[in-house]
Amino acid sequence: MAALINVPSKAKRGDIIEIRTLTSHIMETGFRHTADGKLVPRDIITSFACRYNGTEIFRADLFPAIAANPYLSFFTVAKDSGKFEFEWIGDNGYSTTASASITVE
Amino acid sequence: MPTTRRQFLGLAGGVTVAGTIPIVTLRPIEATPAMLNTAIRNVVGEAQIRNGRVKLDIPPLVENGNTVPMTVSVASPMTADDHVKSIHVFNEKNPQPNIGNFYFGPSSGRAQVSTRIRLADTQKVVAIAHLSDDTFWQVAADVVVTLAACTEETN
Repeated sequence: MAALINVPSKAKRGDIIEIRTLTSHIMETGFRHTADGKLVPRDIITSFACRYNGTEIFRADLFPAIAANPYLSFFTVAKDSGKFEFEWIGDNGYSTTASASITVE
Repeated sequence: MPTTRRQFLGLAGGVTVAGTIPIVTLRPIEATPAMLNTAIRNVVGEAQIRNGRVKLDIPPLVENGNTVPMTVSVASPMTADDHVKSIHVFNEKNPQPNIGNFYFGPSSGRAQVSTRIRLADTQKVVAIAHLSDDTFWQVAADVVVTLAACTEETN
């Protein structure tokens, strides 16, 4: 599934950098009904994690109150050049990953 | 319990005072409904929750409750000894009281998270921060929603 990641490609060591992520997902709340009265089953992303060179730097538990196509922005300290890995896990076995690399000088 | 004249006058006075200050105001947690309180207690346990330190940026008036931008931040040096462990965001009137839990560490550098949320009604949003010294800090904001999320039928 499509995910948009925004990580600065270069940073100075010790800088605090912003990471922005957007992934496409319906985030069906499980509280809506169809016109004929049937409950639409819940289908949401329940958790998100970001690892920086293997170490978890940010994690989130998401609930139906998070809008469709979840957007998350958070910060980290640029320590070393390397890779950010992102993982979204959700209902019905949903799982998707993305990654981005950074050069730290 | 029937409302006494004294309570009514107290409330009316409170409303008058609230009308003269900005819409986003700090309020004590006592005023929240039971479900919200239970959800908060599930996270903080018996610990005392103090007001302050947390900043909740959310529009006081939103047209569309399906996507409401929100930023929560905590003034913290984010060192190994003094950092924010987590931020928990709750609402008052959605079908579920939880909005999101966000976990940080000293390597976060800044205790701040932005996302977009759904609000089913005009209501209060509460953000609680859990600090590394195991204190809890909270802030609440009132949001007026003109078009609610969640309630419409699907096609």
